[in-house]
Amino acid sequence: MDNVRPRVRTPRSASAGDVATIKTLISHPMESGQRKDSQGNTIPRQIINRFTCDFNGENVIDVTMEPAISTNPYFEFEVKIPESGDFQFTWYDDDGSVYEETKSVEVS
Amino acid sequence: MKFKTMTAAAALALVTPAMLAADPDAKLVVNGQIEMTTETEAPEHLDGLRTIRSGWTFRTEETQSLQMDDFDNPAMIFVDEARDAWYAKDGAADQSCASCHEDPESLRGLRAELPKWNEEAGKVYTAEMYVNECRTERMEAEPWGWDSQEMKNMTALISSVSRGMTVDVQIDGPVRETWERGKEIYYTRYGQLELACATCHEENYDMNIRADHLSQGHINGFPTYRLKQANLVSMHNRFNGCIRDTRGVPYEIGSEDFVALELYVASRGNGLSVEGPAVRN
Amino acid sequence: MDFTRRETLALGAGAAALTLLPVGASAATVDELVNEFTGGADVAEGGVTLDAPEIAENGNTVPISVSAEGAASIMVLAAGNPTPPVATFNFGPLAGSSSASTRIRLAGTQDVIAVAKMADGSFARTSKEVKVTIGGCGG
Repeated sequence: MDNVRPRVRTPRSASAGDVATIKTLISHPMESGQRKDSQGNTIPRQIINRFTCDFNGENVIDVTMEPAISTNPYFEFEVKIPESGDFQFTWYDDDGSVYEETKSVEVS
Repeated sequence: MKFKTMTAAAALALVTPAMLAADPDAKLVVNGQIEMTTETEAPEHLDGLRTIRSGWTFRTEETQSLQMDDFDNPAMIFVDEARDAWYAKDGAADQSCASCHEDPESLRGLRAELPKWNEEAGKVYTAEMYVNECRTERMEAEPWGWDSQEMKNMTALISSVSRGMTVDVQIDGPVRETWERGKEIYYTRYGQLELACATCHEENYDMNIRADHLSQGHINGFPTYRLKQANLVSMHNRFNGCIRDTRGVPYEIGSEDFVALELYVASRGNGLSVEGPAVRN
Repeated sequence: MDFTRRETLALGAGAAALTLLPVGASAATVDELVNEFTGGADVAEGGVTLDAPEIAENGNTVPISVSAEGAASIMVLAAGNPTPPVATFNFGPLAGSSSASTRIRLAGTQDVIAVAKMADGSFARTSKEVKVTIGGCGG
């Protein structure tokens, strides 16, 4: 799908063992499959059905998403930061597209 | 049960005191930095109100908090899109907005005065008109639809760099005639329900019409992210929807009538802060 | 007025009812979904926190938060939606807490339910009624 844009807020720096809040947003219509067009035809479902966040390859959160998640899905959650590294965010679309975003954090 | 045309009086019989009361003392500070004036004395030209209040003050706490942080505000993802478009070359002249304007921040102050008189064009210009003039005349690119996603994103960006500034729209001089036309529209009853903008937004604000908690109808927060559409909504789109809901025939989005109405409604908010892109229900 | 007093009263009452009409709960499906999640095990009340507004300003975007100390995962259901499943949060080894916030769609006034699977394999649940106003006016 085109024009899908992720936006994530992560800390730039942290101390080892810190717990930080992460916020993520992605622009996506999350077409539920419940709506009908002006002709009365059902608009087919197309949603992001899964979101994951990993840090240096280890999982932080794995969310199974249903059509009841609002347009432009938003998630806020907490992460334990053991060391410097990369956050990997992945969103999986019904149509097979995969959207990704990576952010780094420095641990002093 | 058979009933014919519902008169305005009947429609207003359904107006009840607000159920969704927000905290009247809540202050709007965005990102902990931008302080907004959400309540102030009504401008001199406005007889019907003594105090003007931003639409923000009429929303529930949850909706209000969405606007207080640029990350929580879903509109900002569209502003990001517009930023990319700002720097992207488009059109036969091989220019981007940045080619002439440098950064979007260079337009700080513009939104607070819009819509305003354009001497060269000899009429009142809104943000959309300025953008399309640049696109067609200087960039030699295709104009964007008034209500297209690209245009809404761009007007959101233009508005965002003026947040916190005081709305100060000119009502005298060459704009006066347009302003008077806008004022006329504001106080005219439209549609089967015979409702004027003033009927709800001046005479019955803070009450509920069915399930909607009526605001004073200011546009300092536009383009706004409406939870209902889960997208940016332009001023004209909102005007159009309101008149359609009176079961009347609305003016066209982008029409001179709506430009006039936009000028008048913007001036009713003189004194409030530019909030756009805001978050509303 | 163009219509009778009786009609006016009915109109008024109808409008009030419209605003808080609870959406029919697909109760059977909710139980089935919970059972599937728990494998039929007992579910204790409480031990999970679910934050949601009392009255949602718009059913399209309702902010909610869930939290259950030490939980491995939390499933959220909307009892009155056409299909109740909303999301399941699975917390990995680097989760800072077993909590998450998101924004959901609610088709009408209904119970939002959160079921947590605790680290020790037990289950806990809580629910909250969220009133969703419908029938607005405006654009």
